[in-house]
Amino acid sequence: MMRLELVKRTHKSRLMSVLSPLLAVAATVVFAGVVFAAQGQNPFTGVWYFFLEPVSSLWGVEQLITKATPLIIIALGLSVCYLSNNWNIGAEGQLTIGAIVGSIPPILFPNFVNPIVLPLMLVMAMAGGALYAMIPAKLKTVFGTNEILTSLMLVYCANLFLDWMVRGPWRSPQGYNFPITIDFHEWAVLNPVSIGGVYVNLSAPIALILVAVLAVVMRSTLKGFEIRVLGQSPRAGTFAGFSNRRMTTFAFALSGALAGLAGMMVVMSEIGKLQPVISPGYGFTAIIVAFLGRLNPVGILIAGLVIASSYLGGEAIQTSLQMSSKLATVIQGVLLFFVLAADTLILYRVRIVAGREGESLHA
Amino acid sequence: MSEVTGDSTGEMLRRVGGDTPLLEVRHVVKRFGRFAANDDVSLKVMPGEIHALLGENGAGKSTLVKIIYGSLQPTAGDILWKGEPVTIASPAEARALGIGMVFQHFSLFEAMTVIENIALALPEGRVTRQLADTISRVSESYGLSLDPDAHIADLSVGERQRVEIVRCLLQNPELIIMDEPTSVLTPQEADQLFVTLRRLAAEGCAILYISHRLEEVRALCHHATIMRRAKVVAETDPATETVGTLAQLMVGNEITRVTREKGKLGPEAILIKGLTLPSQEAFGVSLQDINLSVRAGEIVAIAGIAGNGQKELFGALSGEERPERADMVIFAGEAAGRMRINERRLLGAAFVPEERLGHGAVPGLRLTENVVLTRHGTGEGIARRGFTRFGRAGRIVEKVVSLFDVRKGVVDPEARSLSGGNLQKFVVGREVQRTPKILIIAQPTWGVDAGAAAVIRQSLIDLSRQGAAILIISQDLDEIFEIADRIAVISRGQLSAAEDADTLTPEKVGLLMAGGAEKHGVAAA
Repeated sequence: MMRLELVKRTHKSRLMSVLSPLLAVAATVVFAGVVFAAQGQNPFTGVWYFFLEPVSSLWGVEQLITKATPLIIIALGLSVCYLSNNWNIGAEGQLTIGAIVGSIPPILFPNFVNPIVLPLMLVMAMAGGALYAMIPAKLKTVFGTNEILTSLMLVYCANLFLDWMVRGPWRSPQGYNFPITIDFHEWAVLNPVSIGGVYVNLSAPIALILVAVLAVVMRSTLKGFEIRVLGQSPRAGTFAGFSNRRMTTFAFALSGALAGLAGMMVVMSEIGKLQPVISPGYGFTAIIVAFLGRLNPVGILIAGLVIASSYLGGEAIQTSLQMSSKLATVIQGVLLFFVLAADTLILYRVRIVAGREGESLHA
Repeated sequence: MSEVTGDSTGEMLRRVGGDTPLLEVRHVVKRFGRFAANDDVSLKVMPGEIHALLGENGAGKSTLVKIIYGSLQPTAGDILWKGEPVTIASPAEARALGIGMVFQHFSLFEAMTVIENIALALPEGRVTRQLADTISRVSESYGLSLDPDAHIADLSVGERQRVEIVRCLLQNPELIIMDEPTSVLTPQEADQLFVTLRRLAAEGCAILYISHRLEEVRALCHHATIMRRAKVVAETDPATETVGTLAQLMVGNEITRVTREKGKLGPEAILIKGLTLPSQEAFGVSLQDINLSVRAGEIVAIAGIAGNGQKELFGALSGEERPERADMVIFAGEAAGRMRINERRLLGAAFVPEERLGHGAVPGLRLTENVVLTRHGTGEGIARRGFTRFGRAGRIVEKVVSLFDVRKGVVDPEARSLSGGNLQKFVVGREVQRTPKILIIAQPTWGVDAGAAAVIRQSLIDLSRQGAAILIISQDLDEIFEIADRIAVISRGQLSAAEDADTLTPEKVGLLMAGGAEKHGVAAA
C-alpha cells in the first residue's frame, strides 16, 4: 500500500511559488470539465465557453477589464490586511458605505455641476469606506473583538442601509417609485475612453497605478517591511518598534478606502445612480483574488483577470449552454480551494511512502 | 575513552541494562543534497541508561535525533528497537514504539492551557478531571510544579519546558530524548531534574541526553557518544573523563577560554531607580522597586530562576513595556522610561531577547531583513525617507557572519533555517557589531555549544572593555561567574543588591535565587 507524506522543506521553494497557482488553475479546469460532464455537457465545449469564449472578442475584453478592476483594487487593500494578520472580511460593506458617502454630492447637491465633483466623490468614497472599516478595527484594538465576525456582520448592515436609503430618503421623485436615486450628472460619472479600440474608463489605469505603488511599498519601503513583520511575528514586530494596534488601524483604513474607491467607481461607470444592489459581491470575491494572487500586487493583477473571466464564463454558459450561472461561484470556490492546497507545496514536498504504518521495509 | 574502531564499539565499556540494546542505530547516513549531516553513525542505547549525545552545533546530533524520532528518514542504515529492525516513519510511530522527546524549541499552543496542550498529545485527546489529577501527580512527584489551567502564553521558558517534560512522561515512554533540557534551569532546578531522570532510569527508562554542559553530563550520564562533523568520533564513560577532555573530543582541539581582566569603569550608563511595573498578564510577575546601576565598561548579571520577572524586566528596559515614570529607567543620563524601543536604541542601547525565533528574529525572513528589524531606527541609514536599504543590511550580515563565524548554507538564508547556535551568534552579533553603549541581553548562550558560547561571551567582554555597559539576564550560573563583574539576583519581581562577583559563590547566589533576594513579601519562611 502506498501513502503520501508531506516533508517540510528547509526553504520556501521558489519554483513552487510560481508553479502552485498554475497547478491550481489546471486542477480547476479539470474539475470544471468533470462538472460539465456530470451536467450532461461536452466537457470541452463547457471549458471553452466558460474559460475562453468570454475573452475571444474585444467586447469580452472590455467586460473583463470592467469586472477585474474593482476586484483588483479591493484585493490590493485586503492583501495589506491579510499580510499584517488583520482579517478584514467586510470589504463588501466598506464598498457600499464608500459608494453611499461618495454619492452625496450628485444626489444632495445636483446643481453643483463642476469638474471638482469627480475627484471629490472619489475622496469622499475612500473616506467613507475607511471610516466604516474603523468600526471593526477599533473593536479589535480596544476590546479585542474578533474582526472576522464584526467586519463580516457589518456587510449586512451596510447593504440594508443602502437598501433603506434608495427606498426612503434618497429615492428619486422621477423614478416611478423604483428604489433608485436620481441619475448622476455628467461630472459624476466615468465615461469610457478608447485605447486601441478597447473602451476603458479611468478606473482601469487607477488600478494599474495602485498595483505599481503597492508593489514598490511592499518591496522596498519600511512600511511594507512593517506589514510583513507584524503579520509573521507580532512580538518581533514590537521588538522592532512597530505597533500592532496602529497596523490594525492602518490596514483596515487602507483596505476600507480602496473598497470605497472601487465601489464608487463601479457606480460611476456602470450604474450612474444608486440602487439596492450595486455590487455582485466584489468585496467577497476580492478575498479569493487576494489569496489567488499570493497577496502580491502583481499576482493580484493576474488573479483579478482570472476571476473576472469566471464571472463572464458564468454568463457565457448560461446563455450558450443554458446552465446555471451559479456554477461560476462553485468554480471560484474550487479555485480558491486548489490555490490554498497547492500552496502547501511551497513549504512542503510530497513523498510517496510504500508500506503501511508500523510495518517495516527492512524486515 | 575509546576511539571508535568499527563494530566492536563500546563492548569494552561497562554498560547498564543487560545485553540487548533498547535502541541501536547502525551505520546511518543522512544526506541533504551533497551535504552529509550524518555519515555512518552508529549508536547503542541500553535500557535504563542515561546516554549523552555530545557535539558542537552542526555536528549532526539534531539530525540523528530527528531520525530516531521519525521526523527524518535516513538515506541509508538501520534502526533496531529491542533488537528488531524498525522503520520509524513519523513521530507518531516513534511514540507508539515508546520513544518520547522533549524539544529545545517547544511545540506548544500558546493560546491553550497546560492541560489542553497535554491532552492533545494523548490518544484520548480530551480534557478530563482525571487528566488534571494525573498531571498534578506526575509533575509533583517529579518536582516539576505546574498549574494545569495556566495558559502557555503566560508561562516562562522554564515553565514551558516543564509542560513538555510532563507531556512526554504521561505517554510512559521507554526512551526519552532530551534536547538541552537544563539550559533554562537554575542549578537547583537542574538538580531536581537530575533526580527525576535518575529515578526514570532506575525504573528502566532510557534517556538520550543532549547537552552542552559537560559538567552535568559527567555527573549524570552513564555513557556518552561524541559526534563531530557528522561522524561519531568517540564513545566513553563520561565519569572517567574531565570536562576538558570531553570538550576536546567534541571540538577536536582546545577551545579558547574566555579571557577577562577588569575594565576601566566609566559613568553610570544604565540606572534603574525604583522600577515598578504591575504584571500585564494573568500569570505574570510584577516588578517591585528595582534598583540597579551599570557603569560603562562593566558587566552586571542578573541571575534568577525562570519566571521570576526576567521577561518583565527585559520588557521594561527595552521599551516593549513602559513603566509609569520616565525616570525609572535612565540610559546615558536620559530618562528613558517612557521612550519607545527605537528611541532607546537611538540613545545607544541595544537589546537581545531570550527567545531567538519570533522575538529576536522573524523565522520566515532572511538575515538581511532581520538586520533591518532591529537597526532601521538606529540612525545608521538602513531605512531612509521611508525606504529600506537592503544592500546596507546585507553588508552588515557579511560583517556579523565573519566576526561571529555564523555558519549558513546559502548566502542570505531565512532565520529559521539556521541552527540554534548559529542563529544566536547572528542575533548577538547583529547588536554587538553596532558597538552599542548599552547592551541588555537575556540568556546570551542558551542552547549554544561550547565553541559558540565562548565566541559570544568573549564578544560581550570585549564590548564592555571598549566602554559599553552590559546587563545580562541569565539563568546559567557558570556563564555568570565566567563573565560578570557584579551579580544581582531576581526573585518574584524583586532584585537583590548587586555584589562583586569575586566575593560571591554559586551557593550564595543559589540561596538568593531561592527567595533570599526578596526584601519583603510572602516568602519569609
